[in-house]
Amino acid sequence: MSTAVAQNRETAAEGGTTTRAGRLGALARAEVTMLVRNRTMLFMALFMPVFLILSTKASLKNVDLGGTGLSITEVALTGGIGMVLLMVVYMNLTSSYTARREELVLKRLRTGEVSDPEILAGTALPAALLALVQCVLLVVVGVAVLDVSTPQRPELLALGALAGLGLMAALAAASASFTRTVESAQITTLPMLLISAMGSGLFVPLEALPDKVASVCELLPMTGIVTLVRSGWLGGASGGDLLTAGLNTLAWTVLAVFAVKQWFRWEPRR
Amino acid sequence: MTGAFVVPELPSMTFVMSTDDSAHCSRTRSAGNLEGMTRTRGNHSASPANWDGNVIEVEELRRTYAGGFLAVDGISFSVGEGELFALLGTNGAGKTSTVEMLEGLTRPSGGTVRVFGRDPYTDRAQVRPRTGVMLQEGGFPSDLTVKETVRMWGGCTSGARPAGEALELVGMSRRADVRVKQLSGGEKRRLDLALALLGRPEVLFLDEPTTGLDAEGRRDTWELVRELRDGGTTVLLTTHYLEEAEGLADRLAIMHGGRIVVSGTPAEVTATRPARIRFRLPVGVEPGHLPLTLKAAAEGRQISIRTQELQRDLRELLSWADEFGVQLEALDARSASLEEAFLDIAAQRTGAAAAGAGTGKTGKAVAA
Repeated sequence: MSTAVAQNRETAAEGGTTTRAGRLGALARAEVTMLVRNRTMLFMALFMPVFLILSTKASLKNVDLGGTGLSITEVALTGGIGMVLLMVVYMNLTSSYTARREELVLKRLRTGEVSDPEILAGTALPAALLALVQCVLLVVVGVAVLDVSTPQRPELLALGALAGLGLMAALAAASASFTRTVESAQITTLPMLLISAMGSGLFVPLEALPDKVASVCELLPMTGIVTLVRSGWLGGASGGDLLTAGLNTLAWTVLAVFAVKQWFRWEPRR
Repeated sequence: MTGAFVVPELPSMTFVMSTDDSAHCSRTRSAGNLEGMTRTRGNHSASPANWDGNVIEVEELRRTYAGGFLAVDGISFSVGEGELFALLGTNGAGKTSTVEMLEGLTRPSGGTVRVFGRDPYTDRAQVRPRTGVMLQEGGFPSDLTVKETVRMWGGCTSGARPAGEALELVGMSRRADVRVKQLSGGEKRRLDLALALLGRPEVLFLDEPTTGLDAEGRRDTWELVRELRDGGTTVLLTTHYLEEAEGLADRLAIMHGGRIVVSGTPAEVTATRPARIRFRLPVGVEPGHLPLTLKAAAEGRQISIRTQELQRDLRELLSWADEFGVQLEALDARSASLEEAFLDIAAQRTGAAAAGAGTGKTGKAVAA
């Protein structure tokens, strides 16, 4: 069974002390392998956003965008970025966190050197990168093929997308706290998906909604992100709008992180 | 398995091992390939100045779960460097709750835990690189292969062994490319052990390491754990296999109902227990004919004698049998075992006084 149980600790040192980057990389690499092997999840992550953008475009033909100054393609593409964030990061990660917890992977990891935030971040890294790549693709395709303007304020667009990644990951961990099984993740993520799709301007811009409804919708978790992304790409937002959007995103991120600290469970309920 | 194992002489049943600095590297049992090895200990500077040298120090430890269930009820013990300490107990005795506090996974409800003089829960970053943990149950993504799992874990472990070496240790090299979900229960235990050993830890926490293993796997694991201990690793393991505790542990504690009921070396724990002679009398020989000096209990023809003087009572019995030409069927005489000590404790503690466990009152007392 064993030939080299114990070796001199001097030679043991050759493995070296782990670094934060090394630990995150190891976790992320394992997570990529799992993502690739889980066909359903991979399919959802790769093709659902594309499919949804196409169907948005089709369905928007019946909506009057006259007052918003936006074209159907512009709404579909910017909404598509929100869709990518929701599906690839939020929904996907809620399942992942739940699955890892139920398989006792999170508990096992906590016996090692990885810190709690690193465990959550390492697990999120592949999904976040995948989402980022898809966002970049949407912009490239939009500009090169679909005649949408180049991003007016790229820094705002990037800020929106990156803040979105963070918020979605935090919300996913928060949702996973209340999700018992991977199967039930499809239900527990539904409210967020629905209110975002309806109220955060993913399909229909807020400007096309009645004023009273719109002002409520401005409080929803994804609205700030979508506003930042849309005005970053297409321009046209006032400083006040941007401030509101930024504050909204910040508030929801703080809230989600608080919820995770308070309620996230690292092992299944017994 | 007890054959090759020598119970080390430890000074006392109290859990204080006086370890001064010179004792840190003192445990130099030479065993096979480990001979001549000088193990340089992890950096002691990482330990607080007031550290007294016991690797694990537990005082009045308590753990209450939501709903008020008291899983661990004020236990104290310590484990010296290079010692192998076993926590024995039935299911629900509080072993796993105790180990999870030692590992720093849960915060104690009361009392203190120190590992290398530090709190494993709050000083996670200092303690974790020096410990290796095997949980009672799995914790591996089912879609990864064995090798991928070890590689992932290696990326998160300081001074990690190469994956091949770690798998070699636990005899899992041939299974390197198999998905975790296809492993048997025993193979998962071995993989878990490989991960616990990956960083060449100074302290190993093994929660029921051989549960689910077949006889051979169990023996292999014992061999490996023994080699590690001989190499200077401090080991704390929980088990409900008495044989395992008896054969491996330098010292052990039997837990019941969240408390430590008895502790000491295996020899010390069993020494206080009576030996036992059992046999069946042939038809026609009444129990009342047995020598009066033997404290025998009869249940039909089945006789059981508990004694502190096994040799004397056995001689007495055999010469009586010779004298009257009595054939003793299924004669069995044995020294006290940990198992009996354990069962006695469990029975006493459940308050089954009527069962009279440990006193031989079961059945009809035929000789006073």
